[in-house]
Amino acid sequence: METVNVIINGRSYAVPKNATVLEAAKYAGVDIPTLCYLKDINEIGACRLCLVEVKGARGLVTSCVYPVNEGMEITTNSPRIMDARRENLELLLSGHDKKCLSCVRSTNCELQKLCRDYGVDADAVGGRRQRYPIEDSGYSIVRDNNKCVLCRRCVAACNNQGIGAISAVNRGFDTEISTEFGRPLSETTCINCGQCIEACPVGALYERDDTAKVFEALADPNKHVAICIAPSVRTAIGEAFGNAIGTDTEGKMVAAVKRLGFDGVYDMNFSADLTIMEEATELVERLQNGGKLPMITSCSPGWIKFCEHYFPDMTENLSSCKSPQQMFGALYKTYFAQKMGLKAEDVFMVSCIPCTAKKFEVKRDDENAAGVPDVDVAITTRELARMISIAGIDYNALSDEKFDDPIGKGSGAGIIFGATGGVMEAALRTAAEVVAGVPFEKLDVEPIRGVEGIKFAEYKLGDTSVKVAVASGTKNANKLLKRVQSGELDLQFIEIMACPGGCVNGGGQPIVPASVKNSVDIRSLRAAVLYNADAASDVRTSHENSAVKGVYDEFLGKPGSHKAHEILHTTYVKRGR
Amino acid sequence: MKKNLTTVSFKGTAEQEKKLDELIALHKGEEGATMRVLQGAQEIYGYLPIEVQKRIAIGLDVPVAEVFGISTFYSQFALNPKGEVAVAICLGTACYVKGSGDIFNKVKEILGIEEGTTSPDGRYSLDATRCIGACGLAPVMTINDEVYGRLTVSEVKDVLAKYQG
Repeated sequence: METVNVIINGRSYAVPKNATVLEAAKYAGVDIPTLCYLKDINEIGACRLCLVEVKGARGLVTSCVYPVNEGMEITTNSPRIMDARRENLELLLSGHDKKCLSCVRSTNCELQKLCRDYGVDADAVGGRRQRYPIEDSGYSIVRDNNKCVLCRRCVAACNNQGIGAISAVNRGFDTEISTEFGRPLSETTCINCGQCIEACPVGALYERDDTAKVFEALADPNKHVAICIAPSVRTAIGEAFGNAIGTDTEGKMVAAVKRLGFDGVYDMNFSADLTIMEEATELVERLQNGGKLPMITSCSPGWIKFCEHYFPDMTENLSSCKSPQQMFGALYKTYFAQKMGLKAEDVFMVSCIPCTAKKFEVKRDDENAAGVPDVDVAITTRELARMISIAGIDYNALSDEKFDDPIGKGSGAGIIFGATGGVMEAALRTAAEVVAGVPFEKLDVEPIRGVEGIKFAEYKLGDTSVKVAVASGTKNANKLLKRVQSGELDLQFIEIMACPGGCVNGGGQPIVPASVKNSVDIRSLRAAVLYNADAASDVRTSHENSAVKGVYDEFLGKPGSHKAHEILHTTYVKRGR
Repeated sequence: MKKNLTTVSFKGTAEQEKKLDELIALHKGEEGATMRVLQGAQEIYGYLPIEVQKRIAIGLDVPVAEVFGISTFYSQFALNPKGEVAVAICLGTACYVKGSGDIFNKVKEILGIEEGTTSPDGRYSLDATRCIGACGLAPVMTINDEVYGRLTVSEVKDVLAKYQG
């Protein structure tokens, strides 16, 4: 690596030649404050908080976009710099509603932290400020421009998903983040993935809060309230209680949720295994009977909506399998409820997922196997953490507890659903053993692991060779599918997850400040929790999950049966743009 | 300034659409294509209807919201068609100190439309302009090619009455 020598705050450092001043400062152990900067996706020098002094430069420079050169002398924290940053913060606050007390991001807000650090006067700059209605037309995402600092990180995150549902519109004092023609977000091609929420430094974007509905159901003595929790939740919920990124707190999470008063606390890994049984069967059937190929996974509701908007001609390629969330609810209300002597109407099914798009999914048509919605309310990891907080449960002090049986059991294959490539790997394990009689340990799955946006591999299943691809992030899905449509790629099976890195990096996960995200890969840290849990599992393939076998023996018949189709499969619509 | 969307219904012709599609095909893939196509589209249609902005976005494979961001950023892009009766009032310094702000408000009140918009029937449009170089006649209002100088608020009604359809 070519380096140059720079002086930062009076000390010499050798830093990469193509580094920015902001990156160079990292080598000096200095975090320069930023609001608009998101590594690789938003480097625009707009917020003017990363100002530093460079000897010989005219005025202060924005370090996030200013390249280093040999002999450069940089000062990152003189009184002049701190005054300028403070003044810029005060100007930002003049357009902000300053309702920190009731803000969902209070204590986890990048603006609030900077204002505290710099000792700003919140009322230093008076005058008119814009007032915006809160936009909550959708089931998933709420937009509150009264808190927006126009950093454009959400716009960059949405563009990075290949969608661009929002953009900065108008100019000057009237600039705001808006949808096309100011339409409600729910009437645009927004896929509800929530990556904008993860990108927002303040409380201008957040999920629709459904916790009140859950508390209400829990307080209703006539309701049986069950919750199933997705694999990725356990990889990140600990962060909300001060644990390091990548800490597995499954046992504490289960213990805390049981204390909230649910009648059943279940692991969505069970229905992930069920999904694999149905999906692997569907794939084999399509391969053997000349069905529509490549088949594409359908677990990610953000991806489903993306496909319906941008590839309406490919909805037949989607697996007809419901997502694990919906399968769980459907089976719980049709089968387990009956076994427990409950009416489907009296069951209140909650799912906890790392995802905002799942809130939209529960409202889709054809997701009501028992004549009532399969899932009543979907809450994100963040909302579950808030419920635990409100209930006064001392999370970190809890002893580990286990999910409820009989459907608390999941295999190692089910748990890796949360990482990009996981569904593909789980499906291949079962396809290899069931179809081809190859022990799954023999599969070389390395090519489909890891956070790379698009991955390819080829597997021999008996006599047939199956070419597969894995994409995460809808921008990558878009690239991949265009190559499929053009005939350039001949594939049989594709896994697509809407969020970059898969569900571990979903839009409903605890929000990590940009300063951290810019230097560590939270996707890999969280995914490691899943792969470790898989490696430690006794059962590592979906078809060997005894709970899954039991459901087929007692109720569904065999995978892909008529009954399984009625309960566990769904349909799609062609939305277009 | 915040741009207002039009309430005039879109009346594009097949011929205009053909020209637009050719324009999109010509610039697709170029750096800065959106700006060029928006400019060309405004020449074809006289303004940038929502339907045209959307067609450009899909044609160039860029987000519709991004196109809307550009069309609302630059003051030279019009989101409303010129009315058959295009009213413009100069809010340049000389006209303004001579009371053109009051005239502007009076016209707004009579026509019932906002600055930069066109009445739903397409008859009247209203614009505020910067100095048009007729300071000697301040305050000045123009309607199509006619110039009305040294205007008073009380005269506005009679002037507009001449253009009733």
